Amino acid sequence: MNSLTSIKQINELKAEFLSKSENESFARMIVAAFIAPLDPTIEELSDIRTAVSEAVTNAIVHGYSEKRGNVYLECSSVGDTVTIIVKDYGKGIEDVAKAMEPMFTTNSDMERSGMGFTVMETFMDSIKVDSIVGVGTKVIMTKTIGKNRL
Amino acid sequence: MQVNFFMKGTDSLVTKVSGELDHHIAKTIRTETDKRIIRGNVKNLVFDFTDLHFMDSSGIGLVIGRYKLVKSLGGNISIVCCDGCVNKILNMSGIPKIVSVYPSLTELPENA
Repeated sequence: MNSLTSIKQINELKAEFLSKSENESFARMIVAAFIAPLDPTIEELSDIRTAVSEAVTNAIVHGYSEKRGNVYLECSSVGDTVTIIVKDYGKGIEDVAKAMEPMFTTNSDMERSGMGFTVMETFMDSIKVDSIVGVGTKVIMTKTIGKNRL
Repeated sequence: MQVNFFMKGTDSLVTKVSGELDHHIAKTIRTETDKRIIRGNVKNLVFDFTDLHFMDSSGIGLVIGRYKLVKSLGGNISIVCCDGCVNKILNMSGIPKIVSVYPSLTELPENA
């Protein structure tokens, strides 16, 4: 590898939108466009779009539940590694470890499957959740594109 | 996103979802499907995901919820799905253990 190709390209994007469910597809579009230059496979693209959809849905459904607020989506890439942050200033999560258990949901009557965090964990390389009750929740996810590339 | 409903045989309702299935659209699909099931003359339900290219865990909730309803009325539920990404999340959820998944509508058994 020569010195030119070894320089890691960086990029950043920040978006802010109202916690309306129609913005879930908008968030997926933003992320898909952001990672397109990294030439992801169809599966990698789908994995990231799905994880973002879960995080944004959580912010809208659980973070803000009844009220409206803003959801913050931050994407950054260093080389082939993408970091995505989804943040809300909603009600926060009391017990993050419990919320991340498969099938756990506080909204069973709304037919949430309780699989959101499990999907994020499975489809991304790493996930970290910071939450303070009454302040908000921040989900930080990373994934390296092209790990399986020859 | 598009949702279409049609009957297959005398008592099977097909809910065909095209495009993307997320939390935003899941509610509409749920309400419209349940309305048709509760109205009567529907025993079995088929989710046709042939033209679905994206699904998140909202789709899992939708299928499991309809599974409970249809089973309680003595019917069966099936899924038609050929997209790799949709299959990935279906498999992850364990849905194929309780619901039969077919690669195309023509491969559905007569009584499905």
